[in-house]
This record gives sequence, C-alpha cells and structure tokens, in this order.
Amino acid sequence: MLTAWFMIVALMIAAYVILDGFDLGAGIVHHFVARTDEERESVIAAVGPVWDGNEVWLLAAGGTLYFAFPVLYSAGFSGFYLPLIIVLWLLIGRAAGIELRHQIEDPMWHKLWDFIFSLSSILLAVFYGAALGNVIRGVPLNSEGYFFEPLWTTFRVTKDTGILDWFTVLAGLVALVALGIHGAAWLAIKTTGEVQARSRRAAGVLWYALLVLTILSLIGVINLREGILDNFSRYPIGWLVPVTVIASLACVKFFNAKGKDTAAFVSSALYLASMLAGAVFALYPNVLPANDPANSLTIENASAGAYGLSVGLIWWPIAVLMALGYFFYLFRTFSGKVAQTTERDPG
Amino acid sequence: MNAYTLDRIQFAFTVTYHYLFPQLTMGLAPLIVIFKGLAIWKKDERWDQAARFWTKVFAIVFVFGVVTGIPMEFQFGTNWSAFSRFAGGVIGQTLAMEGTFAFFLESSFVGILLFGEKKLGQKLHFAAAVLVFVGTWLSGWFIVATDAWMQHPVGYDVMANGAVQLNDFWALVLNKWAVVQYLHNMGGAVVTGSFAVAALGAFYVLSKRQVEYGQMFLKVGVIVACAGSIWMLAPSGDLSGQMVAHYQPTTLAAMEGLFKTEQGADVVLVGQPDVEKQTIDNPLRIPNALSMITYRRWDAEIKGLDAFPPQDHPDNIPLLYYSFHIMVGLGTIFIAVMTIAVIALWRRKLFTANWLLWLIMVSFPLPFIANIAGWMVAEIGRQPWLVYGLYRTEHGFSPTVSSGNVMFTLLGFLGMYTVLSLLFIFLIIRRIHHGVEELNSIGPEQLAGGVV
Ligand code: HDD
Ligand code: HEM
Ligand code: HEM
Repeated sequence: MLTAWFMIVALMIAAYVILDGFDLGAGIVHHFVARTDEERESVIAAVGPVWDGNEVWLLAAGGTLYFAFPVLYSAGFSGFYLPLIIVLWLLIGRAAGIELRHQIEDPMWHKLWDFIFSLSSILLAVFYGAALGNVIRGVPLNSEGYFFEPLWTTFRVTKDTGILDWFTVLAGLVALVALGIHGAAWLAIKTTGEVQARSRRAAGVLWYALLVLTILSLIGVINLREGILDNFSRYPIGWLVPVTVIASLACVKFFNAKGKDTAAFVSSALYLASMLAGAVFALYPNVLPANDPANSLTIENASAGAYGLSVGLIWWPIAVLMALGYFFYLFRTFSGKVAQTTERDPG
Repeated sequence: MNAYTLDRIQFAFTVTYHYLFPQLTMGLAPLIVIFKGLAIWKKDERWDQAARFWTKVFAIVFVFGVVTGIPMEFQFGTNWSAFSRFAGGVIGQTLAMEGTFAFFLESSFVGILLFGEKKLGQKLHFAAAVLVFVGTWLSGWFIVATDAWMQHPVGYDVMANGAVQLNDFWALVLNKWAVVQYLHNMGGAVVTGSFAVAALGAFYVLSKRQVEYGQMFLKVGVIVACAGSIWMLAPSGDLSGQMVAHYQPTTLAAMEGLFKTEQGADVVLVGQPDVEKQTIDNPLRIPNALSMITYRRWDAEIKGLDAFPPQDHPDNIPLLYYSFHIMVGLGTIFIAVMTIAVIALWRRKLFTANWLLWLIMVSFPLPFIANIAGWMVAEIGRQPWLVYGLYRTEHGFSPTVSSGNVMFTLLGFLGMYTVLSLLFIFLIIRRIHHGVEELNSIGPEQLAGGVV
C-alpha cells in the first residue's frame, strides 16, 4: 500500500508538471514567440481557461502528499522554507499576470502583466527544477527528521550545501529549457500564423540546449552520490527510463521539424514524465534521502497510518476519475485554435 | 520576536486575508445560481445580464481567493511542520479531499461559467453555475471539517511516536462540531454575498444609473440578507454557542468575559475586560442571561476562568472578548437593518427610502468584519491549544526555521498583499463603474480560445 501511495503521489506530480508545465512554458517563451500586443493576447488566451485547473494538480498533489506522507511534507516544506515561499510569491505573480492582463485594454497595462507573467514563469521553472535536484541529491536531515537549507552556500555539493549548487542549478536549467519547449509545443497547437511559426522555431532551437543539458545532468547524477543507480541494477526494467528519455527527446525534434505539433507536444510530455520517472525510480523506497543515510525518509518512516491510507484508496480513485472527467470536458470545450480576432470585452 | 510568535502572526495574517475572498465567492455563488434560475424561469434576459455581471465580479474575487489560498496550504508544512507531523495522519484526509474533490470542480467550471455561455446554451450554463456553487461549498466543507477537528478532535488514536492517526473516517468527516460550524460559517458567507449585492443595488439606485438593475439587486439582496442574518443568530449562532459551552468551557468564559464562576451568569453587552484586575470596566449587563442561553435555566452555574488553571486560559482574552462582541453586535445590527429593508420592500417603499438605501450601501464591509471576528473567536478561543486539549500551539511550529526567515517572509506577505489589495479594489471599482448594461455578452469567448 505504501508503494501504491508513493506511485500515486508521483503520478500526481507528473500530471502537474505536464499540465501546468505547458502554461509555465508558454510564459517562458512568451516574449520570444509573441511580439505584438495581439500576439501576446493570443498566448494568454491559449492558457487562460485551463491554467487554474492545471495548477490545482499542484494543490491536489500537495494535499495527497500531506495525506500520505505527512512526515515528508513537514520535513521537506520546512527545510526548503525560503524557496517554497518564493515559489508561492511567483505563483501569485503568474496568476496575476494571466488574469489581470485582460481586465484593462491598455498597452502599458498589458506590457506590465506580460512581463510579470513571463518572469514568474521563468523563475518558477528554475525553482522547480532545483527542488527536484535537491531531492535527488539528498539533504542534511538530522536524526529528528528535520533540516534547513539556506538558498546557497558555496555552490558546491558538500555536507552543508544550500538549495542552489552546481547540480541543482543544472537541474533548474533542464527544467527551464524542457518546459520552454513544452510550452512552445502547446502554443504551436493553439495558435496560427507568426506565433505558431515562432513557437515551432523556439522549440527547435531550445531542443539543442535541452540535449546538452540532459546529457550533462545524467553525467552529474551518476557522479553525485554513491548508490544512486542501485535500483537500476536491482530492477533492470528501470533501464527503460533512459531509453524513453532518449526516444522521446528524439521524437520532439522529429515531429517539431515536420510541423506535427500535437505529436511534438505529446513527445515532450513523455520526456518530462520519463525524466521524473527516472528520479522517482532511483529514489524508491526513499522519499527524501539524507546526507547521512540513517536519517533518510522512506515510504515506511514518513507515511501516515494504515487505516487512513486504506480509506484513501477508496475515495482517491473516485475523486481523480471525476477530476479527469472535468478536464476532459474543459479541454474539449476549449479545444481548437485560439481565435485571432481583436474584438474585445469592453469591461 | 521569536520564530513561534512570528509564525503565528504570519499564519493569522495570511488566513485572515485569504478568508476575505472565499466568503464572498461562497456567498455569491448561490446568488448567481438564483439569478440564472430566475432568467430561465421568467424567460427574462435581464436576469441573465445580472448573472453575467456577478459572474465577472465572482471571477475577480475567485482569482484572489486562489492565489491567497495556496500559501495557506503550504504553511502547514513550512511554518507548522511539527504540527503537521503530529496531525497529518488525520487532517491530511480532509485537506487532500478538498484538493481532489472540491478544487478540481471549482477551477474547471469557473472557466466554463465565465467563457462557455455561448457554447453551452442556457441549461448547461446553468448547470455550470450550480457546479461552481457546489465546488465552493464543498471546499468550505472540507476546510471547516479540518478546523473542526482541531476544535474538537474525534476519530483518532495516539501512536507510540506521539503522532495521531485516523481510526474512524466518518467520525472525522461528519464531526458534530464541523456540522454546526459549517451551518454557521456558510450562513456568514451568504450574508457577505447578499450584502454586497444589495449594497451595489442601493448604489445604482441612489446614483440613478442602471436603476432597473439596481432594483433587481436590491430585491434579491435584501431578502437573502434578511434570512441569512436571522439564520446567523438562530439556529446557527445559538448552536455554535452551545458547542463552545459544551466542549470548550475556557473559550466560553473568556469570550464572555466571565472571570469568576457564577450561578446565574450575566451577559455583558458593553464593557472592557481588565485581565489584570479580573473585572469588566463600565459593564452593561443582562442579568442571568448567559445561564439562560447556554443551559436554558436562569440560575445555571457557568464556570468562569478561575475554574481553570491559568496555563489553559486563551492567551489573548481581550481580543477574544472583543471579537465575540463585535460579531454578535454586528449580527444584531444586520437583522435590524435587513428586516426594516424587507418590510420597506414589501410595502414598496424601499426604492425611494434614500436614508435606508444609504445605510444598506455603506454597510457592505460589515459582514466581512463579522466573519473575520467570528474566526478570531474560534481560533483565539482555541488557544493555547492547536488541537483542543491534545496539542499545544507552542509545540507546533517548525523547529528548524529561524525567526529571521519568518520575519522576511512575513514582510514579504505584508508587502505583496498590500499590492494585491490595491489591485483588487481598483479592479472591482472599475467593474462597478462599467456597470451591468454595457457588459458585452460576446466578449470573453474570443479570449478563451476555441471555436466560438
Ligand atoms: C456574518 C457573519 C457572522 C455573524 C453575523 C455571526 N457570526 Fe458567529 N461566526 C461567524 C460569522 C458570524 C463565522 C465566521 O462563520 C464563525 C467563525 C468560525 C465559525 O465556524 O464560524 C463564527 C463563530 C462563532 C462562534 C464560535 C464557534 C467556535 O469557537 O468555533 C460562536 C459561539 C458564534 N459564532 C455565535 C454567534 C452568535 C450568537 C451570533 C449572533 C448574532 C453570531 N455568531 C453572528
Ligand atoms: C478563514 C478563516 C480563519 C481565520 C480568519 C483564522 C484565523 C486565525 C488566527 C487569528 C489565528 C492566530 C491565533 C493566535 O495566534 O492567537 C489562527 C491560527 C491558526 N489557525 Fe486559523 N483561521 C481560519 C481558519 C483556519 C482553518 C480552516 C484552519 C485549519 C485548517 C486553521 C488553522 C490554524 C492554525 C494551524 C493556526 C496556527 C496556530 C495558532 O496560532 O493557533 N485556521 N487562525
Ligand atoms: C488554513 C486554512 C485554509 C487553507 C489551507 C486553504 C486553502 C486554499 C487553497 C489552496 C485555495 C486555492 C484553490 C484553487 O486553486 O482553486 C483556496 C481557495 C478557496 N478557499 Fe481556502 N483555505 C483555507 C481557509 C479557508 C476557509 C476557512 C474557507 C471557507 C470556509 C475557504 C474556502 C475557500 C474557497 C471557497 C476557495 C475557492 C477560491 C475562492 O472562492 O476564492 N478557505 N483555499
């Protein structure tokens, strides 16, 4: 059952990354693919009706994490105190950017919120990547199961490292570029004309950066911590993960070059999912490795009681099936290209 | 200031600020359903227009509710990690269910309610309004159930490591305290929503713009506000008082300013508690009334604060006392104003009674104050416990987060929320200024994307 909840939480995080990833990504490439006011409006329109639903996956994943592994939630959230609060502020900025822009039809007002939307998306992506990097690298948990990390110390991976060191910054860059591609692929689906052409080009260019960064980060991981690849030798099926990573990365390039936008988007979703799967696979059964392995949090010592977890196995599938139903309905209602008209709501 | 104090200030500030928005969305959601329902029932386009207008207001409020809600969820981990470790095995249930059952529902259908009118047709659009209403009220349920467990813990076992774990799902979800708290709290939200609708109606009538819509808003607003205000006193307010008297006697004593145990205790209407001297300055009392309303007997004994060890007293008695008196005082005023308004409406005098319209217009902030005061009663009354009788607040904060870091984030929240407030007020005033009629019914679909 603990393994089941571990997978459920991982799945929900993956759903979050894939779904909110594309609107974060749209924010990352916003200023590059859309130059005029109308073009930028079409980018916002491409994420407008869905971004809040996407972000709820973060809350639902967070709530489920809290529910299933409360000890992990409390250790992780207090240990990553500052970056998480900064993430909150960025989430606020991102939401304001999307939702307030169209409240007033004025070019300066639009510029302001476009900038805030973009900047917070970029920083969020970097922070998310760095957070994942921290979890993979391990943190200085004490014997009480708590830790605290400052934002940075020496940028080297040492005993008293900060949130940002070379490895986690690298992870942040991977996330930035990967989500940028993901968002560009989404925009290519949703838009037409110049914006679509630039989105395709952006995805194509960023792809080379992602290739380099992916290779660097894989090398980085291997040299990071002893025993990090143990699970791969224990369960050889895990080697499917790097295979999928490489295959999906290739597919992104292939479909992007052919102008097959939906296929490129799906490939990039697969890439994100398999990168996450790799991290999760390497971690298991740890949920937060400690520098001193004795203090690591595992699915055993971080979980909630068995009764509560088994009750959750009843309501969770119901809730998520319902949620998938809404999403299906929502995305169907708003499917198709964003209209390029400039007719606007006067209020 | 130490980290613990700052953690408390930050949580209190952020949750109080958050609650300014959900109370309005939870209050407006059923009113939008009413407007849409009237439109379909009476086949009257004007009610549709009213629904559209309030949906737009709803949307602005909703965004602010969402962005200020997320910090709440995070803070359980960032600032209250010891508490989360202690209680996560129980309240994780309701928090996770809120995310999976309520937030998905709300956030998906708000988009559809806002942008989907053209595509869906009247019936389905009405259904979307109902689903948004259900979503906001469900999220209210789960969060109230979470809080209710902290007020009145049930259905748990204490484990060897000191943490609690759930042992009875239904006890948690159908906690008696949660039921009472929910009935009262949702009533409070309806009061906020209907006051806002009535106040805007009064504004439009008084300023002689969109008088027709102003009158429609007034009609619905005043009737709902009157029913809601009475509901707040009885049965729901009375029931809340019964719960507190029964399960949190220290809270009752402190919020009533009852320092000494008495047979036949009085209700203090006015007066300032002096905690040092254990008295009330210049009190205005109703003799024996407190005994009557709590135990239905004039001479029943009510335990005063002296009956409990000082370390179990709430740590901010005056604030608790004032919060309670402000809530009840405002509640009484609401009943008075709205009853007069309904009588005036019935006798067809409301739309010309300028003094009454002015009164209704300027009183829209009061329900916000009453609701916040009510939560202050609940939360400060629960002190010094984080989980009543089980876990003290001073044990709950994050042990590894230094006071400097909390100070930094607290200042950040203060600054950010100041900016948010300005934006919110600016946008709402603009929306009101644009009015109901100018609202173009085809605008936002283009923005939303998709084949219109
Ligand atoms: C419009 C808002 C409003 C109004 C007019 C009232 N209340 Fe209230 N009250 C609330 C809004 C509220 C609230 C915000 O909804 C609270 C906070 C926590 C809760 O469950 O409800 C609350 C809590 C609350 C509590 C504390 C429950 C606890 O400790 O958990 C009591 C005893 C009362 N109320 C009693 C009353 C009485 C006797 C009223 C008589 C008029 C009254 N309230 C009016
Ligand atoms: C929206 C309505 C709410 C308001 C206005 C509110 C207000 C407050 C206030 C003023 C405090 C500080 C009390 C003190 O330090 O003396 C507080 C504390 C707290 N409340 Fe609430 N609260 C609300 C809802 C909730 C809910 C729904 C929960 C639980 C899910 C909750 C959990 C807590 C916790 C964990 C603390 C921190 C510990 C403490 O200082 O008591 N609150 N709240
Ligand atoms: C500590 C307590 C609280 C936490 C952790 C919390 C958490 C949240 C979160 C994460 C959201 C955003 C949801 C989204 O993205 O759609 C939210 C919004 C909301 N919350 Fe809270 N909340 C708290 C207090 C309350 C209280 C006391 C109520 C009402 C009884 C409430 C009712 C709502 C509603 C109705 C929304 C939807 C957005 C809106 O209507 O403005 N919340 N809350």
